[in-house]
Amino acid sequence: MARVVVDVMLKPEILDPQGQAVQRALPRLGFDGISDVRQGKRFELELDGPADEATLARIREAAETFLANTVIEDFTVRVEEEAK
Amino acid sequence: MTVRVGVVTFPGSLDDRDAQRAVRLAGAEPVALWHRDKDLHQVDAVVLPGGFSYGDYLRCGAISRFSPVMDTLIEQARAGMPVLGICNGFQVLCESHLLPGALTRNDSLHFVCRDQRLRVENAATAWTSDYEQGQEITVPLKNGEGRFVADEHTLDALEAEGRVVARYLDVNPNGSYRDIAGITNAAGNVVGLMPHPEHAVEPLTGPGTEGLGFFTSILKKLVNA
Repeated sequence: MARVVVDVMLKPEILDPQGQAVQRALPRLGFDGISDVRQGKRFELELDGPADEATLARIREAAETFLANTVIEDFTVRVEEEAK
Repeated sequence: MTVRVGVVTFPGSLDDRDAQRAVRLAGAEPVALWHRDKDLHQVDAVVLPGGFSYGDYLRCGAISRFSPVMDTLIEQARAGMPVLGICNGFQVLCESHLLPGALTRNDSLHFVCRDQRLRVENAATAWTSDYEQGQEITVPLKNGEGRFVADEHTLDALEAEGRVVARYLDVNPNGSYRDIAGITNAAGNVVGLMPHPEHAVEPLTGPGTEGLGFFTSILKKLVNA
């Protein structure tokens, strides 16, 4: 059993008004020195079996076609933990 | 001949009834289509209505895009069947890659609801032929994620090929690149529009009747076909 994490972020050239709103709120709350915030999504996928290459290839396909819209978003896929 | 225009209902669609009503007022027969039914029931054209299908979960339109009805619709749209996506329907068309670009959170972060002035930039599509090129119309607009974005290359291509169907006038309500309110595919049969022409078809309930032209255009096209 394994957990695979897919992180999805807006591409750098796409404006992220939510991230900007968070960034503007931080100094008001006393959190200084943060010059930029980008907000993304994290998907945690629990697998029935091991995170072998074939499975990861399928997950990348799922990320490409469904979890991310590659017109505006980038994604990364990584194995977080392999259970013993 | 009676023109039959399908209107798809997804879980969370809001404006399917209004779209059906607009189709009827234009003189065609509305046909209710269900998202889980692959069968388009021999309709001549399809409207994907506004709303919040699947609660806008994941991304607006991202889950509806994979519903059974869309398999058939994407195939038929590529073969030339006229399809109009309004608001959430526009988002579904972009997620389906029938139209380029994407619709993202309004730059203001506010949900915007207003009567919006538009200029019809392309009166040659299946859905806009009853308008004059450059005609200015007012229809309601209501969206939280209506900001049309695409890369510069795509935007330049859309402009060069005359595929910008409508542009915002006076105010850009959501930060859409180049004030784009609607676009079409290369063939002109698939149109996506963020504002809601189906809410401007009767004087009693809308700012006027200037939205009706989208629905009479399709009727004219199909009757003359």
